[in-house]
Amino acid sequence: MPKELLEGNVAFAEAAVRAGCEAYFGYPITPQTEALEHMARRMPELGRVFVQAESEVAAINMVYGAASAGARVMTSSSSPGVSLMMEGLSYIAGSEVPVVLVDIMRGGPGLGNIAPSQGDYNQIVKGGGHGDYRPIVLAPATVQELIDLTVLAFDLAEKYRWIVIILADGSLGQMMEPAEMPPMRPVRPVAERPAWALTGARGRDPNVISSIYIDPVLEEQFNFKLMRKMRQIEADEIRLRETLTEDAEIGVVAFGTAGRIAQSAVKAAREEGIKVGLLRPISLYPYPFEAVGQLSRRVKSLLVVEMNGGQMLDDVRLAAEGRVPVSFYGRMGGIVPMPDEVLDAIRKVHAGQPVALPGA
Amino acid sequence: MTDALVESLIYAKPDALTHVGTHYCPGCTHGVAHRLVAETLDELGMREQTIGVAPVGCSVFAYNYFNVDFAEAAHGRAPAMATGIKRLSPGSIVFTYQGDGDLASIGAAEILHAAGRGENITVIFINNAIYGMTGGQMAPTTLPGQKTTSSPLGRDVETQGFPFKMCEILAQMDGSAYVVRRSLHDVANIRKAKKAVRTAFEVQRAGLGFSMVELLSSCPTNWGITPAAALTWIEEHMIPAFPLGDYKIHSAVAALEKSR
Amino acid sequence: MAKGRIVIDDALCKGCELCTTVCPKDVIHMAMDRLTPRGYHPAALVDPVGDCTGCGICSTICPDVAITVYRWVPASKAAVAAV
Repeated sequence: MPKELLEGNVAFAEAAVRAGCEAYFGYPITPQTEALEHMARRMPELGRVFVQAESEVAAINMVYGAASAGARVMTSSSSPGVSLMMEGLSYIAGSEVPVVLVDIMRGGPGLGNIAPSQGDYNQIVKGGGHGDYRPIVLAPATVQELIDLTVLAFDLAEKYRWIVIILADGSLGQMMEPAEMPPMRPVRPVAERPAWALTGARGRDPNVISSIYIDPVLEEQFNFKLMRKMRQIEADEIRLRETLTEDAEIGVVAFGTAGRIAQSAVKAAREEGIKVGLLRPISLYPYPFEAVGQLSRRVKSLLVVEMNGGQMLDDVRLAAEGRVPVSFYGRMGGIVPMPDEVLDAIRKVHAGQPVALPGA
Repeated sequence: MTDALVESLIYAKPDALTHVGTHYCPGCTHGVAHRLVAETLDELGMREQTIGVAPVGCSVFAYNYFNVDFAEAAHGRAPAMATGIKRLSPGSIVFTYQGDGDLASIGAAEILHAAGRGENITVIFINNAIYGMTGGQMAPTTLPGQKTTSSPLGRDVETQGFPFKMCEILAQMDGSAYVVRRSLHDVANIRKAKKAVRTAFEVQRAGLGFSMVELLSSCPTNWGITPAAALTWIEEHMIPAFPLGDYKIHSAVAALEKSR
Repeated sequence: MAKGRIVIDDALCKGCELCTTVCPKDVIHMAMDRLTPRGYHPAALVDPVGDCTGCGICSTICPDVAITVYRWVPASKAAVAAV
């Protein structure tokens, strides 16, 4: 299909439509409301389901219901709204029904602002809701990746009966870039819904979708079942991109928009003769610990760049296992770092000087 | 030729109930409410197309007692979950079964909006003026002066507010098609309650909008009285506070009842 | 001969006594001499003179669906006898 100029929020919404999404339940919140508005028009046009719920709490529970009925369903929100969804996500994980969520992160904590940030990493990548579960988390850095990962999200959610979260930020949601939309996939007929789904107990025993295991012994067995599922995901679903890391002495690790900015800085640094490379994780869960670990064996130091106070930083330290110093450069509050700032941080690391955060 | 007498089965467990003995306290009217819903599903031939949504509360294990597909919702969220199920399940019958904490406290927004949207679901609302499962705390429907573990001196309306009359509130939504309050405190009222439950499911089948039957129910354990005394307490104390009656009846409901 | 009879399932009866309060013929009584598997004194039909009419009022109030009700009806009406 030809490339079109697409806005991030509209792109992921339309990508979901193309992926066969049958229902969208959401609530307005900046900076992702364009997705809701796109779905409000598109879904009824195609005879599919759209509901603007009374809150994000209600929205995620509508998603839970539709997923329990075996339909392909998604929602999207931004940081404060996603916080409201944590209870629902925990229930969804505990019931093993497939769900796709897009989090377009903004400045926080609290009401914060509507500018882009990566401040939800800890919350989303470590699970979000209560209990032992980690959703698959995918971090796009371009509108094309946002489209492709949204389509992938539905497939992974169904493959594993799991939650897949697209973790993006307000700049990706709002930016317009040329990208290609995938062809329209047909919606799965109701008669072909999965055998576990709530479709009415015609000629079979009733199905129950529940996350309650009142007997601790049974609950632990279930927890082990989820653990085995997550081990499988960790084995098979790691995604990352490395640029110029083969001969690098400094390894920059950054995801999403920060990764994109770091890429420009890395290229500029190379032109100054600094041997630096970029490892950009695309799956944040499962995290590419192995790849970052290998990188830490080859370089002299690592530099983590994020639009938060240092959250993925902890995972990089874990992966590096103390082999090399790990520096950090980050902006918060909804401020997007410029490539020059990251280049400056690379220079500091190269010169063995500490990296200072503005205003720290 | 004389018409010989034969021993006929008059009443037995409905097919829509399983054989599992419930965990409810002796005399708790949850069992009666479950039975009325199950009888209705059998009589209307709806069992195989029905999906129920259980709340958090004493009836959290309702899925063990009904022979229908069931979902377990988070506390208060059953109407939202039911919305998701119903909208994606053409031809299904979807009901929620909720207590007073689930529906009127934490779930107040969800029930209001389900009624507001006119969701074609049926809500069975068990009002026993107390939080049963968690051991007897104050509910939104607890009566003024009623002693609970979180209103030990009796509900003080100055600091703890007034009881919520959910039928009265939800009847005001244009999306509500059938909103009625009945009681389970004696056989005559149980029979009236059964008729209302049946009408509510017929309203859903006819696609008329949101239906809810509020059932005044007992909690002998947390009220601290015998099952029989608890039924009397409903009659003497709850009915004056929550008058029985029809709060919203869609114009097409009369036609439904006539066509039976 | 009694017009009707009831069977109370000990496995389900929780001894709540509600049936004993509504029986119009007062033929249901608590069996204080035995316990159910769950540890309750169950209700039981005590109908030496055959007063039970199979009216079903007990089954209407029973929260545990423990009561099955039978009634002797003319054969021609047997199919429609269920309440």
